[in-house]
Amino acid sequence: MKIKFYIIFLYVFFINLPAVAHHDEFNIFLIENSENIIKSSAKTVDSILRDIQSFDDEIVSRFLELWKSKSLYYIKDTKQVVIVNENEDSLDALEIDGLTRIGNYSKKEIKKIKPNSGVRAKIDSILVKYQISNSDINVRQKSIESLKRNIQPEHLEVLQDAYINETDTELKTVIDRLLKFAIVKYSDSNDKKLEIIESFKGDTAIEIRASLNQLLNSSEVKVGISLPNNKNIARVIVPGFTIKNSNGTSGTTNFFNEDVEISINDAYDKLYAENLVYKKRITQEELKKILEQNISGDTIEGYSISSLDNEQSRIAAYNKLVENNLAPPFISENKINEEVNKFIFYSIYNETSSEVTNAALNTLASINFRVQIYKYIDLLIDGLSLASIYFLGAIGLAITFGVMRVINMAHGEFIMMGAYTGYVVQQFISNHTLSLLVALPLAFIITFIAGVIMERLVIRHLYRKPLDTLLATFGISIALQQIAKNIFGTQARPLTSPSWLDGSLSLSDDLSISYIRIAIFILSLIFLGLLLFVMNRTRLGLETRAVTQNPVMASNMGINPERINMLTFGFGSGIAGIAGIAIGLFSKVTSELGSEYIVQSFMTVVVGGVGNIWGTLAGASLIGFLQKFIEWFNPSNTLAAQTYMIIFIILFIQFRPKGIVALKGRAADD
Amino acid sequence: MIKKIIVVMSFFFFSITAYADTIKVGILHSLSGTMAISETTLKDTMLMLIDEQNEKGGILGKKLEAVVVDPASDWPLFAEKARELITVNDVDVMFGCWTSVSRKSVLPVIEELNGLLFYPVQYEGEESSKNVFYTGAAPNQQAIPATDYYLEELGIEKFALLGTDYVYPRTTNKILNQYLIDKGIPESDIFVNYTPFGHSDWSKIVADVVALGADGKKVGVISTINGDANIGFYKELAAAGVNAEDIPVVAFSVGEEELSGLDTTNLVGHLAAWNYFQSAESDLNTAFIKNWKSTMGPERVTNDPMEAHVIGFNMYVKAVEKAGTTDVDAVREAMYGITVPNLTGGTAEMLPNHHLSKPVLIGEILEDGQFDIISQTTEVPGDAWTDHLVESAVLTSDWQSLGCGMYNTSTSSCVQLKSNY
Amino acid sequence: MTNSINDLLARHTLIFTIVIVMFSLFITFFSEPYGNGLISTSFVKTLGKTVCLCIIALAMDVVWGYCGILSLGHFAFFGLGGYMIGMWLMYERTAIIVQEAATNELLPLTETELSNAIGNQIFGVVGGYEIPSIWMFADSLGLQLILVIAVPGILAFIFGWLAFRSRVTGVYLSILTQALTLALSLYLFQNDSGLRGNNGLSGLQNIPGIEYLGQEVISIGFFWVSCIFLISIFLLFHSLMKSKFGLIITSIRDNETRVRFLGYNVEIYKLFIFVLTAIISSIAGALYYPQAGIINPAELAPIASIYLAVWVAIGGRGKLYGAIIGAAFVSLFSSWFTGGQAPDIPLGIFTIEWVNWWTVLLGFGFVIITIFSENGIIGFLRNIFVKEK
Repeated sequence: MKIKFYIIFLYVFFINLPAVAHHDEFNIFLIENSENIIKSSAKTVDSILRDIQSFDDEIVSRFLELWKSKSLYYIKDTKQVVIVNENEDSLDALEIDGLTRIGNYSKKEIKKIKPNSGVRAKIDSILVKYQISNSDINVRQKSIESLKRNIQPEHLEVLQDAYINETDTELKTVIDRLLKFAIVKYSDSNDKKLEIIESFKGDTAIEIRASLNQLLNSSEVKVGISLPNNKNIARVIVPGFTIKNSNGTSGTTNFFNEDVEISINDAYDKLYAENLVYKKRITQEELKKILEQNISGDTIEGYSISSLDNEQSRIAAYNKLVENNLAPPFISENKINEEVNKFIFYSIYNETSSEVTNAALNTLASINFRVQIYKYIDLLIDGLSLASIYFLGAIGLAITFGVMRVINMAHGEFIMMGAYTGYVVQQFISNHTLSLLVALPLAFIITFIAGVIMERLVIRHLYRKPLDTLLATFGISIALQQIAKNIFGTQARPLTSPSWLDGSLSLSDDLSISYIRIAIFILSLIFLGLLLFVMNRTRLGLETRAVTQNPVMASNMGINPERINMLTFGFGSGIAGIAGIAIGLFSKVTSELGSEYIVQSFMTVVVGGVGNIWGTLAGASLIGFLQKFIEWFNPSNTLAAQTYMIIFIILFIQFRPKGIVALKGRAADD
Repeated sequence: MIKKIIVVMSFFFFSITAYADTIKVGILHSLSGTMAISETTLKDTMLMLIDEQNEKGGILGKKLEAVVVDPASDWPLFAEKARELITVNDVDVMFGCWTSVSRKSVLPVIEELNGLLFYPVQYEGEESSKNVFYTGAAPNQQAIPATDYYLEELGIEKFALLGTDYVYPRTTNKILNQYLIDKGIPESDIFVNYTPFGHSDWSKIVADVVALGADGKKVGVISTINGDANIGFYKELAAAGVNAEDIPVVAFSVGEEELSGLDTTNLVGHLAAWNYFQSAESDLNTAFIKNWKSTMGPERVTNDPMEAHVIGFNMYVKAVEKAGTTDVDAVREAMYGITVPNLTGGTAEMLPNHHLSKPVLIGEILEDGQFDIISQTTEVPGDAWTDHLVESAVLTSDWQSLGCGMYNTSTSSCVQLKSNY
Repeated sequence: MTNSINDLLARHTLIFTIVIVMFSLFITFFSEPYGNGLISTSFVKTLGKTVCLCIIALAMDVVWGYCGILSLGHFAFFGLGGYMIGMWLMYERTAIIVQEAATNELLPLTETELSNAIGNQIFGVVGGYEIPSIWMFADSLGLQLILVIAVPGILAFIFGWLAFRSRVTGVYLSILTQALTLALSLYLFQNDSGLRGNNGLSGLQNIPGIEYLGQEVISIGFFWVSCIFLISIFLLFHSLMKSKFGLIITSIRDNETRVRFLGYNVEIYKLFIFVLTAIISSIAGALYYPQAGIINPAELAPIASIYLAVWVAIGGRGKLYGAIIGAAFVSLFSSWFTGGQAPDIPLGIFTIEWVNWWTVLLGFGFVIITIFSENGIIGFLRNIFVKEK
């Protein structure tokens, strides 16, 4: 859509080109600046963009638009900047106006001009003033979109005009918002600023926090005998103790062990640099160097070199050098502390008005409170999302392991087969929605059949030997994994979600959840319902329960246990196949996809309590939430979170071997 | 049982047949396991190059013979296979390894047996072995220029260094962290995060990165995320609606091969820094791509480590011709100063520190999974020991005149001849 | 034929010892340093490592085949042993290098400088220089050797005590041991674990102090030590399982409840076996990794422990030599097939490349053995000969 519009946009320019008055001058300008246009850099582009504005608006905006969209070329020999019409094996070079033909060139003689995104952003920022009043609403929208990223002082005025002239209400609100940012940033009027800052209260959008935080930018560390009283002081700094908060105030070191803003040694060096103390601090390295320079034979000032293998003796030897005036004096730690304590370290806000900074602090505090709450909610959502993924991975197992007590180590490979089914279907059906609709039942059927085959050929023989089942299915697992590798290669395969699952549901900038995760959550709910229905409300479920609880009695009642085992196992495997598609959609399809989930899936079932679907749900929730909760303490280390979670599970099972939802009565017999 | 073992052993013995009149090239790339995804391509590249060279008549009148082994992405097996290649198969040179762990596993073996290895992948530096030629990028040939690009061209003020938890990201980020601080970026504006291999749950981390923008500074991501984990990461980026204009991501481990497993429509504009892109315009590159596609199939792409092997192999050929022998020490001496054309249109030179001089390219991801090269420097000499860390700033490597890979310039002495592993 | 096999089985301790000794001598006389060099050093290393794998397979056989505990965590203990010895190897080697380099310095290093230099050498690659506190004994071989026994021993004790006390048995226990392994390997994968994260410890084949001997000699040495250890462990387990204690152990496998009713404290017996085999696994690991040269967390991944069970099952569980045959057979064939030495089988349009299909063969072969021959290769051979009779 966008592209189409864009073509039309260019087309309009091609057709309606007026005889441009400044055409020749503009060409001269291009020739003069060709070097910097061809090899543009954010460092050099400013002057071109400044100078170019003296030309006719239309040609400037056209040129910039072409430049930005990588549609400009140059002729290698002459360095002339041109646009081209592509022929089959050659290129027609035209002047920028699109009318004057320069000549025909081979593809090797002409090269594309590729401005980097830094340059493009700068071009965009200039283009705003040409496009914000364009008659086409799409053009206006795009230019305002680009403005969001980069508001410059000159835009204040542009925005004010645009706000008055804009007719589209939706766009008007966007402009209004941008205008507010511009005012907060660049306006001279404190009253206006205060009013807007006040109006920002409670709005958690990142741009708002960004603009407030920018008001609270503060200076480097400054030092003096006392605090200056005519400055807007941001914070008082205690060297080696306080940290810098993001809003410019100072805080104390906390649990997360943030680095102090300035260490005592650095503070002393700062004093020395500002000529507030007169003796330079000698570092251990410098001390060592000076000692090394004063070696005579195998002693330094009477200290034998071999004795200088600790700091005390080095300092002693050094002090001897000082006595003999061979080195500047060494400043002890105590002395450094003493000197540093004589001074006061502080930082001042760049914003001179304390009224404004206080208002910003105030508003920011109210926003941050809300952001904090959002973060807790986000944590819950993350946990829920992870829990539903675990649930999805484990739900097939809840049947085959939970109900039938078959340890199927190849369960993960069924998940993988489902995911690959999704991938293969997508190769044949290019419509992603349709292919998903085909793939879901197909995955169920394929893994159902695979499950049935496996049950007939292998598991049937091993029902009385669970440990052997574990090993045999492990054999199948490694074989299936390798077969998948041989067929599909080790390269991860794309399983692309339909476009309506792209993107995320954004409640605020800190609280968003991707649609795909919502879909997984819903899918796991559906599975839960389906499973409960099948196990509790259908004949298959009834017979399954009968067979697992007492196969002999069940067969006496006319149930064929073999058939039921086969079907139940197939059903559990089929569900794993569908889960595979969901998992593939949100991460990736590789032959190792299944083995990543297998251990966690077993733990989910065991923790939840074997033989009960609610138990699996409880297990998945516990594991999901717990992992996110641990991650929250140490966000940069997901591995640690997983480690601690597993240790927790191991301990948990010691104390509650039957899991969260333990079966009671006869069904609980092993 | 003895019989069985003898039978097994006899297989080993018979597989060892020496041809005295060929030059043996060992190829030490994983063909199975997690790394096979990347390394198989390099094995195929080497076989193609060897075939080509044989068609030209080999080297010194001798044919080249490839000895392919499979270390199966198993690091100890790399050491075992390297020993086997050198002592049992008597190879003259090896091309291989992908991760730093695998290289560090092989290092003690080749240093003990005086072997020769060409390592084709970008790495973290801080190493210069007498027996390894590093044809991939050192940090100053990839990470530092990319960071400069961020600072100067995009005006990034706040950095998110995301990486997989292993040596290359750890060391690279350590260097970048120091580099950024030297450039005046306060430490509080550098966000570092490590995730395990194959990580898939990216929502929290992406949200954290987005939230970095809350103080109004422009945020950029420097990604050393490895392999499969990238897929989940980019998917989550796209889902969160982060586009390259808001928060650009520059990746050091994502090339054409990795992108071929991804739908790149939502990634357009994000960046990668390498020394080679398939889209580089030069006659050599066109010929190479054509050759590659006709050997391997039209859907196959070329990437940076492949170019590294091309350069390394061509240099080896030249060095052997110059030395007139395949003796490791003679070839090594002959390697210094050898130049071959690289595929991006310039010349690569082997430096006495066993690194190459290479151009640094920065590309923007296009919809078709290729890169649009938007910045290309002149050749940058690879630096074994980074200048941006205090402890390695004093170190230098020069095997030609100093005969030392870890030379302390402040004490003017060789710290050690063997590498750290 | 049947008789000779039965005789052989009856006197297998003696025969086993003789076979292993002969085998070791055979290898030595064809090795590079002590013989005609027909057997390359790298193959000696492979054999030495295989012997270590046989040792842990023995341990696995005792804990599973005899005691009925399918532990999917014994390879983790194996890895731990490797880490413990690896810490000393790495620290000591680095310390020697650093001290050598320090002789170029004008001033002798202070203790902090020395430890920082060592730390920077070891942890520089993972971005640090401080030596973590778990390395505090790394400068002493003796202490580190004690840790080889103590760390897995204590871990196995705590885990076993908790698990057996709450009567977690059967597949639940298997899953729990697997979880333990996963936790351990995830922990080691972290950089913060202080054991160089994913990188692990490397260069372990260079034994500090005797580096001048060369790998040819060192590898033969390790091979011999491994063989001797294998024989001793075999004898130990053999006599243990022949004793009354062994009988109780096997009865626990066959019917735990009944043994408990007879008045035995089943938990103590199980715990003892669990801890003992964990320690033996760890020692085997401590012998293995100096030959492999590098240890990293991937070695401890849960799949390794399952493979261990596979070896024992293929060889034949409940028979000590079965475990040894299984481990040697599968691991040697694995390296043969994956080494690309096996000839490919062309099937017209499709060629079976063993590099790719070996795992498939192993997987399905394993399924067949589990279903048709509970006692693995040994049982299979026996069945054949019994039928002949």
